[in-house]
Amino acid sequence: MTAAAVSTPQPPDAGSGAVPSVPPARPSGLRNIELGLLAFTLVVVGTYSVAMEAGALDQITAHFWIPIATLAIVFLGIHIAIRFLAPYADPVFLPAVTLINGMGVAFLRRIDLADAIRHKSTDYSAFSGLGFRQLLWTALSVGFAIIVLAIVRDHKSLSRYAFTLGFAGIVLVMIPAVLPARLSMVNGAKLWINFGFFSIQPGEFAKIALLVFFAYYLVRKREVLSLASRRVLGVDFPRGRDLGPVIAVWLMSLLVLIFEKDLGTSLMYFGMFIVTLYIATERVSWLIIGLMLFSGGVFTAYVLGGTIGGPFANFRLRADIWLDPFSDPDNRGYQLVQSLLGLGTGGLFGAGPGEGYPRKIPEVQNDFISAGLGEEIGLFGLTALLIVYLVIVVRGLRAALGVHDSFGKLFAGGLAFTLGLQVFVIVGGVSKLIPLTGQTTPFLSAGGSSLMANWILITLLIRISDAARRPAEGQPAKGGNGPAAGGPAKLQEMPTEVMR
Amino acid sequence: MNAPLRRVGVVALVLFAMLFVNLNYQQWYKADDYRTNPRNTRVQAEEYSRPRGTISLSNGEVVAQSQETTDTFKYLRVYPFDTKYAHVVGYKPVYGTATYVERLNNEFLAGNAPEQLGDRLAAMFTGNESPGGIVQLTLSKAAQDTAHKELTSNRLNTQKGAVIALDPKTGALLAEVSLPSYDPNLLTTHNADEASKAYQTLDADPTHPLSNRATSEILAPGSTMKVVVSAAALKEGMKPDTVIPAGPYYQPPQSGSFQIKNASPSTCPEAQITLQRALTVSCNTAFAKLGVEQLGLDKVKSMAESFGFEETPEFIDDDKNIMNVTASHTGSMTGSNGKVDPAALAQSSIGQKDVRMTPLQGALIAATVANEGKQMRPYLVDTLQSSGLSVVNKTQPTTLRRVVSDGVAEDLQDMMISVVDSGTGKPAKVKGLQVGGKTGTAENGEDANDHGWFIGFAMKNNQPVVAVAVVLEGAGKGGSHEAARIAGQVMKAYADERGTE
Repeated sequence: MTAAAVSTPQPPDAGSGAVPSVPPARPSGLRNIELGLLAFTLVVVGTYSVAMEAGALDQITAHFWIPIATLAIVFLGIHIAIRFLAPYADPVFLPAVTLINGMGVAFLRRIDLADAIRHKSTDYSAFSGLGFRQLLWTALSVGFAIIVLAIVRDHKSLSRYAFTLGFAGIVLVMIPAVLPARLSMVNGAKLWINFGFFSIQPGEFAKIALLVFFAYYLVRKREVLSLASRRVLGVDFPRGRDLGPVIAVWLMSLLVLIFEKDLGTSLMYFGMFIVTLYIATERVSWLIIGLMLFSGGVFTAYVLGGTIGGPFANFRLRADIWLDPFSDPDNRGYQLVQSLLGLGTGGLFGAGPGEGYPRKIPEVQNDFISAGLGEEIGLFGLTALLIVYLVIVVRGLRAALGVHDSFGKLFAGGLAFTLGLQVFVIVGGVSKLIPLTGQTTPFLSAGGSSLMANWILITLLIRISDAARRPAEGQPAKGGNGPAAGGPAKLQEMPTEVMR
Repeated sequence: MNAPLRRVGVVALVLFAMLFVNLNYQQWYKADDYRTNPRNTRVQAEEYSRPRGTISLSNGEVVAQSQETTDTFKYLRVYPFDTKYAHVVGYKPVYGTATYVERLNNEFLAGNAPEQLGDRLAAMFTGNESPGGIVQLTLSKAAQDTAHKELTSNRLNTQKGAVIALDPKTGALLAEVSLPSYDPNLLTTHNADEASKAYQTLDADPTHPLSNRATSEILAPGSTMKVVVSAAALKEGMKPDTVIPAGPYYQPPQSGSFQIKNASPSTCPEAQITLQRALTVSCNTAFAKLGVEQLGLDKVKSMAESFGFEETPEFIDDDKNIMNVTASHTGSMTGSNGKVDPAALAQSSIGQKDVRMTPLQGALIAATVANEGKQMRPYLVDTLQSSGLSVVNKTQPTTLRRVVSDGVAEDLQDMMISVVDSGTGKPAKVKGLQVGGKTGTAENGEDANDHGWFIGFAMKNNQPVVAVAVVLEGAGKGGSHEAARIAGQVMKAYADERGTE
């Protein structure tokens, strides 16, 4: 596609195949599919929970049904909300996410049981521990997601708050960097705000806020940014003066790398920006520039970490552990070594639910949850779980293809890719594909902020997919619960105006 | 914007594909590496979360058991008798491979053997942990105690040696002691560093306490070889009273000034001697001459092979030779021209030159003679029992081979009994038993002390009771006497134990 073609205010032409291949389905049909898939995921999670208790305890506790029943009620709640608030939404998002979220709750309970056994306790209550906390956070997050779904009736309305959200995003990113270490440092990464009784990872929310801003900004600037000045080896490169925003985001992510000591977060922000920039401008050159800038920055940080140390030392350390975790298997390399040994011991089929040794990895409830699961459900189970993530990403991109407005396309594309990138960064980290970073595994790791932020993310994708599949105006929408189209229609013009 | 969105989808697919490839590498290709990595305690934790079965003697006394601990691993492998059974039972370390019976019956002890499937299923339904099976050995408490006590406190203060005792009628192992020994408890500790340190110390010890001298080490058998040569002569039609040439020395043909002499000038200076007398006084010149001039290389070698030389006498159900049994050899007796070297044959006929034998082989020779020429395959596991004490498998004795005829065997018995009654084997005499045997003193190089040997058997009411072989490495003067005495003590202890049953 040329830049000129893109600038037409019309929705993507039919030839691009952007509209989902399925004809606009009856919303009730879509929702019934969703309900069926949801029931299936609850059966999977329920079966896993029972097998896990049998495996870990050689018995099934009286409390085994509590987490799964709670999850069923909570997930059914949001399903009903979607029936009313987003009837045309892609029916795959919710069941896919509930599967992962449910497995997370069940596996965290599995860790609680491991801890109970280790402390020779017979308290197998479902009302305490990591599993219970995660269950509460799930209920809270889903409740919040329903509120978001109810308030954000049209994703385009978010672009109105682009600058506010962008500013808020930067503030959220920066808070842990400026806070003293005792209030922000967990396991070497300064990514937290510690309130004492609980801590949050503001970066999880910043991700979404920044994406709103990026999408809005890039829709406005895409014309300029896609102007080419020089052609090298068949690739058009942008004008030097247009590099400004890219450099700014690059610097910001490097600052995150240095001051928050976390490569993963840094890679996330930068990757997020570069990819939305690429989607907006269709210029491959931005990807190349971005990749070069990032790898250059990372390499420099690695070299500096080895020479002057200081703020770069932590990154250097992590990179060294990644290169050879077995050189210091009892101290610095311990977690990664145990993660790999766990994955290897699980092998193809896994040790079986509840049959592994998750606590050999101290942080198994956070960064290493996929390694703990991988030990018990094996290569096949873990691959299946990752495919569910991949399905969410692909469905998110499909929603982006289907939605008509540029802001929605960029935003949905960014959200979907960001989720995939985060899974790649953390699962790649615990399996020694890339240096380990302090990212959470979406919907799986213990932690309220991550869970809530990701539920907001999926809600927004559900919202956009609803818009993408909603029959064009004029056609009577069956179900008829959709929001009034008046307000957004005006907003829909906005990007086009700005572009001119 | 749709084209780049699709390409972003491809990028996402590529990223996930990288994850999948990498996970395949880690969980499949590298899985075995990781599973056996010393830093990986998962496999051990699983194994040690259940009690491993016990190993017991024939009288039921436990020599290896699992003891509950408050450690990282729930059960600790414990050997209540420290060094005494180390070379039979072996040890099961947390990291690395088990040895001897611990390895031979590893699956059964761990409860993972195919025949224990029913037990495992039952345990799954009852919710109990399924403990491993019980291995009952053929070892005799009395024979092992005596062998251990007499060998470790031998009167020559020899530091290296072995005792092995078999039931001639069945091949069941009754005692097996190797000196010096080691404490297997040091190697099964849950502390990986301590265990590895203990192993390294034992492994570096020049006296090789980890190796089993009773079955794995071959030494020149000395005059015990004369039993084999006697058997060859009897097979050729000679009788114990057949007269053969002797003399103070023997010079084999084509050997220059090389001479075979006797242990002392008074041994058999006479020109002629009966076969039985030659064995009784251990006449070197008579047996050297017999080997070279009357039997020849082929007959000496083939009789040795009939008794089991050149072949590994594996224990029953030990096809992989986990008990680490070494074959005995007669060695080369030919010159560089390929023809028989009379000097070598002469020396080999009295158990020198390149003849090498394990104590197990020595015991097998004595057992075969006592058992009317029928050699039984040795075995040491009597029964395998499930955790519910029902017998899953009982070893049936099997004949390894017919070595010599009944008649030859009976003549050999008489000759060997004569050795103990009135010859070099007197210290092996036991009241109430008919003991037969043969001593051996094997030269051990120019400057080193000779090895002392005794192989023999005990009969009661004309029925074989026990066969014993004892070796005292580098014992020097009096070594074969002390070996004979120890053998007699072991025979007595075992006969007493059996008599009171």
